[in-house]
Amino acid sequence: MIFIQLFIEFFKVGLFSVGGGLATLPFLYNLSDTFHWFTHSDIANMIAIAESTPGAIGVNMSTYAGYNVAGVAGGLLSTLGLITPSIIIILMIAKLLDKYNDSKYVQSAFFGLRPASLAMIAAAGVSVVKVSLIDLEAFQISGQMVDLFILPSILFAVVLYFLSKKTSWHPILLIGIGAIVGIVFQFAGI
Amino acid sequence: MKDLLELFFVFMKIGSVAFGGGYAMLPILQKEFVEKRHWVNDQELVDYFAVGQCTPGVIAVNVSTFIGHKRKGVIGGIVATLGFVVIPIILLLVIAAFLNHFSEYSLVKNAFAGIRVVVCILILNAIERLWKKSIVNKKALVLFGIIFLLTIFTSISPAILVICAAIVGMIICQVGGNE
Repeated sequence: MIFIQLFIEFFKVGLFSVGGGLATLPFLYNLSDTFHWFTHSDIANMIAIAESTPGAIGVNMSTYAGYNVAGVAGGLLSTLGLITPSIIIILMIAKLLDKYNDSKYVQSAFFGLRPASLAMIAAAGVSVVKVSLIDLEAFQISGQMVDLFILPSILFAVVLYFLSKKTSWHPILLIGIGAIVGIVFQFAGI
Repeated sequence: MKDLLELFFVFMKIGSVAFGGGYAMLPILQKEFVEKRHWVNDQELVDYFAVGQCTPGVIAVNVSTFIGHKRKGVIGGIVATLGFVVIPIILLLVIAAFLNHFSEYSLVKNAFAGIRVVVCILILNAIERLWKKSIVNKKALVLFGIIFLLTIFTSISPAILVICAAIVGMIICQVGGNE
């Protein structure tokens, strides 16, 4: 039964991939090799689509992959499979934290966890900067500093920063402005 | 019931604009849950992200379950998570069925290139805001620096880094207190 198999396989992906959406990738390649549900080039296409749609990349990839294997029900079951272990594990941890939140050990663990968490968020920020504000490829080819910085994007980023400081606009509004500015000024260069 | 519906719809809204996954949704979570609704505080959000990174599964889903649980217990955790994934699921089903070249359209590419610039600034805002609460002293700053560099320059799994940081935190606190 393909539906049960999809659920179980994506349950395993959800259970064993630690560290965010792209951590599911090696598992998807593995599924591709084992079951031939999709090819490696399908996976490349899935990543591109999952990254240009809202929501978690892992969730988007599992929906897309599941649909390609077994239609709408396949997409739904794959995603449910993927998120089920997360929900169970987090609910258990949340219960434990409620109970032991004041313990010295939990608090001292969080003393280390918080800077680490912030460091990961900052590193994620750097990786977005690398694909949006600077152009390493053009810089490597020409060797000129001018080519390293994508000026329109940097200018837009500065404007956005001041907007975010001076106004209390909702981040969703800024995201909408970003989409429109990107389309009007052809930020992707096409 | 009313609370659960609210939980579902807020997360549905967040799920439909959370471009770039878990980290990019942090500023939206701050706005919706810390500022507007006072369901959680900034520190709890950082803690949820910290745990969400070293536990299995997608970070955004883990954080949604946490917030939902804080608000309405087990059912809340499930409802929040389902709310978060419902729009992406529908969107992806439509794309998979009809728009297989979705990511190649110039409209989509340009819009997303613009959104990515916004995401840079949103993440910067989130970090500024969480800085004081997380980087409480020099030891925490050093830990931040080390993990930041290791994440950028090595391929060590984030989960391992986070768990090491927790252990280091425990050792530091045992040995020298919080100063």
